[in-house]
Amino acid sequence: MNSERRPPAFYFLAAFFALFVAFLYGPTFVIFVLSFQGPTGGLTFPMNGVSLHWFERLWRGGGIVDISGAFKRSLGLGLIVMLLTMALSLMAGLAFRKRFRGANVLFFVTIASLIVPSIVTSLGIALEFRIFDDLVKNHGPTWLANGFQTSMGNFTSGLGAHLTWTLPFGLLVMFAIFNRFDPRYEEAARDLGATPWQTLRHVIIPIVAPSLIGVGLFGFTLSWDEIARSSQTMGEHNTLPMELQALTTTVTNPDIYALGTATTGVSFAVIALALGFIAILGRRQARHGSDAGKA
Amino acid sequence: MPSFTSRTLPGALQAAPFALVFALFFVLPLVFVAIVSFWDYNDYQMLPTFTTRSYTQTFSGCLTELPGLCTILKTYLSTAKFCLIVWALTLVIGFTIAYFLAFHVRTLTMQMTLFLVCTIPFWTSNVIRMIAWIPLLGRNGLVNQGLLSAGIVDKPVEWLLYSQFSVALAFVHLFTFFMVAPIFNAMMRIDRRLIEAAYDSGASGWQMLTNVIIPLSKPGIAIGSIFVVTIVMGDFITFGVMGGEQIASAGKVIETRLNALQFPPAAANAVLLLGATFVIIAALNRIVDIRREL
Repeated sequence: MNSERRPPAFYFLAAFFALFVAFLYGPTFVIFVLSFQGPTGGLTFPMNGVSLHWFERLWRGGGIVDISGAFKRSLGLGLIVMLLTMALSLMAGLAFRKRFRGANVLFFVTIASLIVPSIVTSLGIALEFRIFDDLVKNHGPTWLANGFQTSMGNFTSGLGAHLTWTLPFGLLVMFAIFNRFDPRYEEAARDLGATPWQTLRHVIIPIVAPSLIGVGLFGFTLSWDEIARSSQTMGEHNTLPMELQALTTTVTNPDIYALGTATTGVSFAVIALALGFIAILGRRQARHGSDAGKA
Repeated sequence: MPSFTSRTLPGALQAAPFALVFALFFVLPLVFVAIVSFWDYNDYQMLPTFTTRSYTQTFSGCLTELPGLCTILKTYLSTAKFCLIVWALTLVIGFTIAYFLAFHVRTLTMQMTLFLVCTIPFWTSNVIRMIAWIPLLGRNGLVNQGLLSAGIVDKPVEWLLYSQFSVALAFVHLFTFFMVAPIFNAMMRIDRRLIEAAYDSGASGWQMLTNVIIPLSKPGIAIGSIFVVTIVMGDFITFGVMGGEQIASAGKVIETRLNALQFPPAAANAVLLLGATFVIIAALNRIVDIRREL
């Protein structure tokens, strides 16, 4: 330990920190425990036995409408958002390292997207798609207008809404990555005759890969838990957190806790997966050095 | 012209897909919000004819009811009150946590580990973290069970859940992280020699805090404040779930209109909310130049 003695303030602050952590984790831990409530148990303690009853009920879809559908939709959307967030943030991150026209405006818009209340963005996207729908129905060519219902959906307006939320975080992380990126690697590659594409493929991407996985992880969990921007943009099919929110008004038994525990479980599984990936990449790099130039 | 050996893509082209997303799903939608707020509507649809009906409706009674307050002003005042309470609480708690991590935890590994511990709950759904309070604060919840069995109260306390108290509590629970992260970041960038210099010059712990650390943490405080205040301003989910759908807020007004499919009034309220948000950011921007600090 350090030679200097801890000041009394340390113990006070450490206790404060411990309380804060208990405050953060305590409630979530309580519903985790309560989701294993016995079949006759209620929403609060005491536990009437321990069982997987509520998970089983959830799995069968009993009591709750179309949970498995919402689950699949959220998972699919989350994965696409993850991939797009990684690809678009990487490209934009590379672009911001050079100068380009409109860079300042784009940065301002990106930050504004974080700050403008989600409900406003959500409403705007909904209006955009509704007006587009009306245009098609009233003025579109007959082959298109006939039987046309709506262009709104999970993977059109919904996807766009999620990207306005995940991409700003993605870009900020990219900034942090490229601030620490040593440009001499690229210069060395160039001096050795690598084309820009080869430099990107064999030098830049392997070096930033762990952080890029982090960006993807961020993208997935932000999308997986998103409600505010989804609220007006998903069309007729709700995502999982939206179903969960709808359930809170009619909550009568612990299956909502089971759903909460299951959703949180997916989040943690994804985090674990991403961390595992990063660890494997790290070990591979340590073993082989960089695979730069090995085509 | 660049020589033929330089075949890198121009930056503008590389950023194009990213920019396209924001043009299509952020800038254009905001334009539509502004336009539609001046449209008319009936029970079934919006009508593209110019009218200020949505705004006059929103502000109805604001002149006639003077000196009393009209509904929209009351709603904004109440939202502002929540902003202030939540901001003060998250600031004090967030600053204390960040200060502990940055100046009292000695190794970088430990700092990062403890910071991660604060981050992990952020990865779970906000709704789940909200409903997690039900078994604690409900009428038969743990808190009431404790109070009853200790004989402090003789019937369950009702204001713990679905009340202003639970809304504020949930905000603090959910969003203190947004204060901790930027303040911690700002503190980690403070040159430690400044602290030593202050110490050598005989500053007390308190003087060090007020004369060195707080001024240098200001950028982090400002960024955290913007996050927290704008979140509370535009929120409708926390107000809805934790307030039992009974507490009005600036964001919830929009949601109510939308549930009734009244798009133009919803858009007018959205314009109002945007305006209020920008006023707050402009005010905070006067305290610290945010763009320079990002």
